[in-house]
Amino acid sequence: MKVTVDEDKCCGAGSCVLAAPDVFDQRDEDGVVVLLDAEPAEHLHAAVREAAGVCPASAIALGEGA
Amino acid sequence: MTAAPDVLVVGASAAGLATAEALRRKGHTGGLTLLGDEPHPPYDRPPLSKQVLAGTWQPERARLRTPELLDGLGATFVLGDPAVSLDPVARTVRTASGTVLRADVVVLATGVRPRVLPDQAGLAGVHVLRTLDDAAALRAALLTGGRLVVVGDGVLGAEVAATACGLGLDVTLAGPQRAPLEARLGSLVSGVLADLHRERGVRLRLGAAVAGLAGRDGRVTGVRLDTGEVLPADVVVVALGAIPNTGWLAGSGLRLDDGVVCDARCRAADGIYAAGDVARWHHEGLGGLLRLENRTNATEQAVAVADDILGAGRPYAPVPYFWTDQFDARVQVHGVLAPGASVSVVDGDVAVRRFVALYERDGEAVGVLGWNMPRQARALRQRLLGQLRDFAGSHVEPGKVEEAGFRRAPRSRTDFSEGQR
Ligand SMILES: Cc1cc2nc3c(=O)[nH]c(=O)nc-3n(C[C@H](O)[C@H](O)[C@H](O)COP(=O)(O)OP(=O)(O)OC[C@H]3O[C@@H](n4cnc5c(N)ncnc54)[C@H](O)[C@@H]3O)c2cc1C
Ligand code: SF4
Repeated sequence: MKVTVDEDKCCGAGSCVLAAPDVFDQRDEDGVVVLLDAEPAEHLHAAVREAAGVCPASAIALGEGA
Repeated sequence: MTAAPDVLVVGASAAGLATAEALRRKGHTGGLTLLGDEPHPPYDRPPLSKQVLAGTWQPERARLRTPELLDGLGATFVLGDPAVSLDPVARTVRTASGTVLRADVVVLATGVRPRVLPDQAGLAGVHVLRTLDDAAALRAALLTGGRLVVVGDGVLGAEVAATACGLGLDVTLAGPQRAPLEARLGSLVSGVLADLHRERGVRLRLGAAVAGLAGRDGRVTGVRLDTGEVLPADVVVVALGAIPNTGWLAGSGLRLDDGVVCDARCRAADGIYAAGDVARWHHEGLGGLLRLENRTNATEQAVAVADDILGAGRPYAPVPYFWTDQFDARVQVHGVLAPGASVSVVDGDVAVRRFVALYERDGEAVGVLGWNMPRQARALRQRLLGQLRDFAGSHVEPGKVEEAGFRRAPRSRTDFSEGQR
């Protein structure tokens, strides 16, 4: 699984951090998403899919057999 | 129910699309149909009052998914054809074109539409903002310049005023409160918001109710206040809140009362669910019926509905959450900023417009607000609003929560501490 984020779209909701704290964080200054792990391990995939699904700005994209 | 039910989602926007995506993500193999009245593929509404209205985004950027991702859903999209009736027992939906769609499960996600002034119909120059087409029409009007009066001092009105001000218009914001969003944010924070708008050049004409519109030769010329005063206008935006799109469900036998009334699992009847702005469901944590109009609720309630359809349901009891962007302020609101709550600044500094405020009632944390400190606000919410911990969020009308009898229900903590992770 390959995760990418579009910082421009991110509204700083932090839903992704609540869903998958091992993979997403937010910048201190403006709350924009920080991708901690662009190729998360298998056991995190479900949480990452959920995070992408609940992101209110569709700022998270999943690739490669996501 | 068979192992793989056919699901029909009515309303092909944020909540409808999220339901379909969550179903597929969680392994749903049955039929999937999305019916929508708008001709556009699913798009996002928050950018309409911000980037799209400002012109920094082309409208296409507000699309929620690429055509490839939509194709990959394996769903049938029926667009531009409104649902006109539902038979909840046969689970059939009839559309305006006469088509009858049948399914095992029907999800109602038809959202809300703007409330309008009685004398607004037929007057040129008067706008609402809910759809992509509304945004295009309003942007075209704003580009001709002139005097804009925004009627409504809530979130949408304040956002439109800020964006239009950025476009160089002469903007007046009118409404009954003492400061924009006062009922929702309390006097401290709404005061900061009022200062921000004034500094940037928005004229605030607050503390007076709007009585109606003035016009000549079929064109709006001003906004009448109940004080008798008339605010001159070339363009007017009416942002007076919204009404659930449930008219097509009249006669269905479902309970309709400011939305589709649902149980704690968002079920309106056997095999009938509601999600998003149109749903008024029993929030077990808050102990009453609640309807939220915000973007995160649309997605998260959809996930809860998908889980229940697939048999892994749990009560949907989110921590209300919404955000708003106005000028350079990015405000995040978690929980319920109950009226009468005491407000204290716990991080940052109001003077530099970067702070986190904690809202407490009877010594208990009920809400967290971040002003240009989203990460810190989210972290505090996770620490303090644990009882209601879940994803979702809200534009909770404080009044609505009062009505629902806001109270703590620690017992339900275990009910929703799992599930969404
Ligand atoms: C301009 C604007 C800015 C916003 N900004 C923010 C923000 O900053 N933060 C935030 O948290 N929230 C914001 N929101 C709120 C957020 O966009 C909504 O909560 C969200 O769109 C709700 O999603 P929904 O799918 O429930 O409803 P909707 O998005 O309203 O979708 C419902 C769909 O169903 C369709 N429909 C209606 N009747 C029928 C019918 N009979 N048959 C078929 N289809 C039908 C509608 O046309 C619509 O396409 C904003 C909303 C607007 C309008
Ligand atoms: S959920 Fe989406 S919008 Fe919110 S912080 Fe994460 S990427 Fe940004």
